[in-house]
Amino acid sequence: MMDRRLLRETSVGISAKLWQVSWLYVLMLCALAGVGYVALYSAGGGSPEPYADRHVMRFAIALLMMLGVAMVDIRVIQKLAWPAYAVSLGLLVAVARFGHVGMGAQRWIEFGGLQVQPSEMMKIALVLVLASWFHRASWERIGNPLFLIPPVIAILVPVGLILKEPNLGTAVITAMLGGTIFFAAGVRWWKFLLVALPVPLIARIAYTHLHGYQKARIETFLHPESDPLGAGYNIIQSKIALGSGGMWGKGFLHGTQGQLDFLPEKQTDFVFALIGEQFGLVGGLALIGLLTLIILGGMLIALRCRHQFGRLVALGISANLFLYVFVNIAMAIGAIPVGGVPLPLVSHGGSAMMTVMVGFGVLMSVHVHRDVEFSAVEDRF
Amino acid sequence: MRRDTKRAGVFTRRALLLMGGQVALLGGLAARLYQVQVVEAPRYRMLSKQNSISARLIAPPRGRILDRFGTVVGGNKVNWSAVLIAEQTNNIEATLDAFSQLVPLDDHDKARIRREVHQHRSFIPVLVKDFLNWDEMARIEVNAPDLPGIAVDAGTTRIYPFGEQLAHVVGYVAPPTEADVATDPQLALPGMRVGRTGVEKYHDMALRGRAGVVELEVNAVGRVIRELDRQEGTPGETVGLTIDADLQHAVVDHLGNESASAVVLDCTNGEVLAMATNPSFDPSLFDSGVPEAQWQEWISNERRPLLNKATEGLYAPGSTFKMAVAMSALESRTLTPTDRIFCRGYIDVGDHRFHCWKRGGHGSLDLYGGIKNSCDVFFYETARRTGIDRISAMAHRFGLGFKLEIDLPAQRVGLIPTREWREAQGHPWEIGDTIVSGIGQGYIQVTPLQLATYVARVATGRAIQPHVTRTVAGDVQPGADMLDWPLMEVSNKWLNLVRSGMWAVVNSPGGTAPQARLPDPRWQLAGKTGSAQVMRVSRAEREDGHFNSANLPWKLRPNALFVAFAPYDAPRYAVSVVVEHGNAGAEAAGPIARDIMMDALTRDPASRTPASPQQVAEKS
Repeated sequence: MMDRRLLRETSVGISAKLWQVSWLYVLMLCALAGVGYVALYSAGGGSPEPYADRHVMRFAIALLMMLGVAMVDIRVIQKLAWPAYAVSLGLLVAVARFGHVGMGAQRWIEFGGLQVQPSEMMKIALVLVLASWFHRASWERIGNPLFLIPPVIAILVPVGLILKEPNLGTAVITAMLGGTIFFAAGVRWWKFLLVALPVPLIARIAYTHLHGYQKARIETFLHPESDPLGAGYNIIQSKIALGSGGMWGKGFLHGTQGQLDFLPEKQTDFVFALIGEQFGLVGGLALIGLLTLIILGGMLIALRCRHQFGRLVALGISANLFLYVFVNIAMAIGAIPVGGVPLPLVSHGGSAMMTVMVGFGVLMSVHVHRDVEFSAVEDRF
Repeated sequence: MRRDTKRAGVFTRRALLLMGGQVALLGGLAARLYQVQVVEAPRYRMLSKQNSISARLIAPPRGRILDRFGTVVGGNKVNWSAVLIAEQTNNIEATLDAFSQLVPLDDHDKARIRREVHQHRSFIPVLVKDFLNWDEMARIEVNAPDLPGIAVDAGTTRIYPFGEQLAHVVGYVAPPTEADVATDPQLALPGMRVGRTGVEKYHDMALRGRAGVVELEVNAVGRVIRELDRQEGTPGETVGLTIDADLQHAVVDHLGNESASAVVLDCTNGEVLAMATNPSFDPSLFDSGVPEAQWQEWISNERRPLLNKATEGLYAPGSTFKMAVAMSALESRTLTPTDRIFCRGYIDVGDHRFHCWKRGGHGSLDLYGGIKNSCDVFFYETARRTGIDRISAMAHRFGLGFKLEIDLPAQRVGLIPTREWREAQGHPWEIGDTIVSGIGQGYIQVTPLQLATYVARVATGRAIQPHVTRTVAGDVQPGADMLDWPLMEVSNKWLNLVRSGMWAVVNSPGGTAPQARLPDPRWQLAGKTGSAQVMRVSRAEREDGHFNSANLPWKLRPNALFVAFAPYDAPRYAVSVVVEHGNAGAEAAGPIARDIMMDALTRDPASRTPASPQQVAEKS
């Protein structure tokens, strides 16, 4: 027993670490990317161009990157938490100033041809920072409201910047992600209630400050039929795609909504509708099942981890994945307002794939290094 | 370590709680998915179909119009038009320039093309030039490699091989108006035409056909992906006319340059063998649009080329009306065949003096002589004895001033006055009105078609109705057989007496129209002249003795009329001729009627086997 732990602590032998990687989990990720290939093949009109092949190429690279990250000692990752947060914050500021405008919002910037969405990086950095903060905190200390002020600020600063982009969906997801980690870290119940109670009031005030297109999204969500050719078009077409797919679907490459371009943004935001139209309820439920396994797998990694940092990181990354999945599918079904959130590893899009896979790399690093001990010196509190 | 255990315990509890929440929310999504994909699926399936399936109509070819022997008198011709598909060329201007080297395009055309290219999606063809002739079409096809984006479409345009000769009967078509489209959406299809006049209008529904449907799969921007289903439309039905196009041609020739109308009926069944109106117009101009100058010429011409004079021209029948007066008098016993009336050249009724056309008078005449000599005094007196209401009732029975069942869209009814009619106008009926009615003047107005119908009924004693349709879709229409028509309820004795008077007009020495005698001894023609004044001749002019209506301006000269049937012993053809302002019936209209009758008897279209329904159907 001691031998094994020592072996891990010294972090020797890449091959030994690779042995520790949950290859079942990697296999599930590959299956998800495979679903993406099928969906994007049909989004390309029955052709690997222009989406599917690039998707697989990106996934292959991202998979190597993920395994690379998984090999990094989780304690090293913890040391990188604040620097990563600082970089992400800098990029968020930069994107506000120099970023490219997409859908009326500034969301990404380019680094040597590579598009980067700082808000996506920030979510992982935020998970690391919050986990690092609470890793050092005793149960009693967490009960101290003053102790919670720095992490709350760490959440609110990026959320504010993302709101300014403006990207309401990601801002809400980021805030909820932070809240989830607070919850898992053991912040007392009543404190959540204290925050949650004024939310309706804040929402009302916030609504008046929303951008026109954001209001439109909420309006059209509430009454999609009121503007069938305008802002409600996306929701209606997505529901038509899913609904007409029925129980068994129209068959691969036989989805008229997708193949005939009625479904907007089918390769990104509405990829779930594209699958649901072709493979029906059965296909849609299978995909939801696979995603659920991946999310719960991440939660299990958190539960099996022996250190608080790893637990919170794994839980945070799983929660992030869950929020992605939930928002994307709920939007495709028309259960929440449209938000421009991709379906991880299925939607077309390079920068999202990279950040998601870095997240999985960190998750896998937690799994590989689940039994390591953090030095007491580090734990100053 | 205890501290960590506490934290770990809380973490585990809350992590499990989160997992439960996540699973519940994902389960909620699954339930919602079931709702959309199974419960509401039928509705969305229908919406999906509406999205992607576009039913488009294909224009049916318009039915053809044939004469009684199967000759095409209204048909379709391939019409080539050049279209531009913007997405198939990199440079629209270069393509248009190259095109205008081959087929001239003016700046107006080019501006329209640019505008339409701009308005439509790049795969929608835009019309470049319509009505290309064979040469132009061939030039475009040969140079196709230099004309990227240009395609030649074959459509149809309406042609009328007999043009002006049958323009009033066959009518013409024109592109539909918005109001037409509102009544029949398939008219919105390019190439659809609506009959505006004549047979084209009367049988428009049959000729139009039913549009076919192509179900196309279209994408979100409307581009056609593939054809799912195709149901060919029903071409318009073929309409076979009673007209003999060759006889029509001959009749038009006989009318010459006069502003005139002539009708030839088969008097046994009412089939219209020819119906000519001069001057006429080119019916094919309406399809592509009548030039403004041409239109102005038509509507300002005092001879009114657009009017079908045979059914819409109203004329006082003049002396041709005397047979109707005679029959009403005979039937009401106000005159017997042997009664004699003395003509001294005039008759005084009240304080008015009514003159006979013959200044010295005809002396004593019976009815036979009255018709033969067309004695006005004889018929003034006959009308006075009989009364207007009996005369108009008889005239109506013979189709005069009465709505006919002619299968053409426009006819005017004309008028045979009655006491009631006059009183409804707020005037008492004067005895003088009856007197002038006796010679077909005054308020009386009839059409040439009514005159032909009247003569046919006199000739056969059958209440035939004139009609121009023989077959629709190969089915012979009712009325083609003599026995389809009821007998007139007029005694044969009276009919025979009137017929013999008409025979004498032409064939007896001293008759008023020896010019109308047939040159061929095989047949004899019975007829009646009419010269109807269009202005009142004053007593001063009449007594001056030098009055000659031939010296009047054209518009004021009397109309010349002639009605006839032949052969006298076995009537087959009835003819009416009206020459507007032709002055005297015997001179102006009689010879025309004679020549028309000779052609009718020689060609004998009524006795020759018409195109059988099968033949007509096959030819179409």
